[in-house]
Amino acid sequence: MGRAPLALGLAVIAALTLGGPGSSTARISPGRTQKETAEVMLQKAVAEMGSKKFDATLGEIDSLIRAQPNFRLAHLVRGDLLMARVRPLEKIGAGARAPVQRLSDLRDEAAARLRAARERPPQGRIPKYLLQMPSEARYAIVVDTSRSRLYLYRNDGGLPRLAGDYYVSSGKAGAVKTREGDQKTPIGVYHVVSSLPRQKLLDLYGAGAFPINYPNEWDRRMGRNGYGIWLHGTPSDTYSRPPRASDGCVVLTNADLEALAPNFQVGLTPVIISENVDWISDEEWRSDRKEFIDAFERWRLDWESRDTERYLSHYSHRFATKKEDLAQWRRSKQRVNVSRAWIKVGVSDLSVFRDPGSENMMVVEFQQDYRSSALANVMKKRQYWLREGGRWRIVYEGAA
Amino acid sequence: MARYSKLFAALALSGLTAVFALVSTASADELQDIGKLLRAGQHAQALERVNRYLASRPGDAQGRFLRGLVLAEQNRTSEAIDAFTRLTQDYPDLPEPYNNLAVLFAAQGQYERARQALEQSIRTHPSYATAYENLGDVYAKLASQAYDKALQLDSANTNAQTKLALLRDLTAGPRGAAAKAAPVRAQERSGSAPAVLAQAPAKPAAAAQASAGATLDAKAAAKAEATAAAKVQARAPEPAVPKAPESATRAGQPAPKARGSDAGETQSEAVVRTVNEWVRAWESRDVNAYLAFYAKDFKPQAGESRADWEAGRRKRILAPKEIAISADRYKVSFSGENSASVSFRQNYRSELVKSVNTKTLVLARRDGIWLIQQEKAGP
Repeated sequence: MGRAPLALGLAVIAALTLGGPGSSTARISPGRTQKETAEVMLQKAVAEMGSKKFDATLGEIDSLIRAQPNFRLAHLVRGDLLMARVRPLEKIGAGARAPVQRLSDLRDEAAARLRAARERPPQGRIPKYLLQMPSEARYAIVVDTSRSRLYLYRNDGGLPRLAGDYYVSSGKAGAVKTREGDQKTPIGVYHVVSSLPRQKLLDLYGAGAFPINYPNEWDRRMGRNGYGIWLHGTPSDTYSRPPRASDGCVVLTNADLEALAPNFQVGLTPVIISENVDWISDEEWRSDRKEFIDAFERWRLDWESRDTERYLSHYSHRFATKKEDLAQWRRSKQRVNVSRAWIKVGVSDLSVFRDPGSENMMVVEFQQDYRSSALANVMKKRQYWLREGGRWRIVYEGAA
Repeated sequence: MARYSKLFAALALSGLTAVFALVSTASADELQDIGKLLRAGQHAQALERVNRYLASRPGDAQGRFLRGLVLAEQNRTSEAIDAFTRLTQDYPDLPEPYNNLAVLFAAQGQYERARQALEQSIRTHPSYATAYENLGDVYAKLASQAYDKALQLDSANTNAQTKLALLRDLTAGPRGAAAKAAPVRAQERSGSAPAVLAQAPAKPAAAAQASAGATLDAKAAAKAEATAAAKVQARAPEPAVPKAPESATRAGQPAPKARGSDAGETQSEAVVRTVNEWVRAWESRDVNAYLAFYAKDFKPQAGESRADWEAGRRKRILAPKEIAISADRYKVSFSGENSASVSFRQNYRSELVKSVNTKTLVLARRDGIWLIQQEKAGP
């Protein structure tokens, strides 16, 4: 029972999981500094495994397990810490004899949670999807399915600021949902459409659920189907689930769901789901935003001009509403434009999100205040804009 | 399952070690007699005698330790735990009570407390090999419990098996094998230990120092006062033996290549072959063939006659219906042409007990045949 191989085994684990010395660990996201989350405790404990502070590390894991007795990954790490005293371990869970799938699930969760400590969202950069948050929305959610991570962004006067990030599970079969039952998580721009409290849910869904509007108008246009994509919690006997665990839902720990729940605004909070979140600099963000909002403003002005061709130049040949195609849309607009002496289009509460499923798509919502010599109408509108041949054009338009 | 029987073997082992090591001359005979009663399974009598012994010497560490052992053998676990716990409080520098506490905690499934006790044992006595081995087993058990929770495995069945194995172990375990180590250890320690005990409560530092000098560990021995170390060496029956296998192989010294008379094998091969034949005889439960491997001057454990030892072995070898033993990881070293020491990993399995131990045999060559002079657990 030599001591040297123990220390070696532990060092190897720490190197494998944390990318060696110099990697940053256990940094706490802004807004979550009051007490250490279970994940931060886990990250700390794993980081310490390479040190010789066995008792201290075991103490940390034990207090983590006291706080979250159903955190299976914490038990696995505890097993490794002890087993490494007996023999060197080449990777997480190497001392366990268990069905391969259960072990690889926990290893995947460990990898995701430790990666989150290592690869923080770049400071001062913004997910490229959040070009314009709705003014009333206090927060936006950005989910990264490959990183198994949910990022909470606070709306700071239109500028998104990272307010927290959380481990999440997503679809067993990965991302880009297209068919009912394909066990995939949809990729796109959605929002929270309702809130279901624990009392109304099966235990499977944990502390609460927030359904989102999959399939959205573009999903339907693409022929995607299925339903019931929620953000929800975990069963009472489970702290967290493996990275690929759901039938397409985004699953949070109950603790995280409860922490997030007060930030959700039904009908408002954007939920952007990406396979791999990209962050852009403040300058890129401003220029992307300006380029699109300029295009949008030209559309508004061309509508007010009552020049049907100029107006229609903003519409793609693939354009369709729920009822009309481009030809029908053209006819009705021509009819209206000749019969009105004037048209005023007011836009307020604009939101613009780049669609993670397609670089070239913007999902836009706004309050439209339409007035003309014959009619006045205020409505909430949603548009999908597609960049074609260097120009932004509308492919869908309808009431939101 | 192996690890638990090993734990209990270790309990017996350290029991004997301590009993014989800590004896002061006046009460030595009485304690030895009680030890015999205990080994003979006459627990009630042993307890009565040790209680009587303690009535006049309530603080006596040896007596209290022995009483703890008797209680453990009687399955009066909580009383045994109590006895050893109070011993650790009064004699915090003795490693054995911590070790045995750990064994008892482990038997109850309290692996966390077992771990703490063993770590304490090692703190008081950094080179205490048995405690290290036990601690390794406890770590492995704690790890497997953690893994079971992590992976949602049902460990209820294995726990049940553990308990059964322990109950059998108390009467039919490989204690014989483990106990054989006692004479060596006892004599190694006897040089310094009595003095230690007398001083222990008052001068814990002196106790720690002296007991370190009495260990097999080369480093600890070197640290100890030269005189103490020399004394231990001088008193030890085979001074070269305990360290020989490792140091010889590690230093890369080739074994003597003296040719055997017949098959053209080296003496090193002859030693390993002898061990293999000894294992086969044991395995086939051929007691006479088995006993024939032991030299005339083979020393059974202290206080036991050759006849008693043979009777004990016969009983243990014949008790199980089937025995399977394998041996590997041989390390052979020589101290002269006719004296060899071989250590190896012994994997013993019967329907009663499973154990994996490192064993060392000291052999002497008489008329071209290697015979066992000494047998002990550990490298």
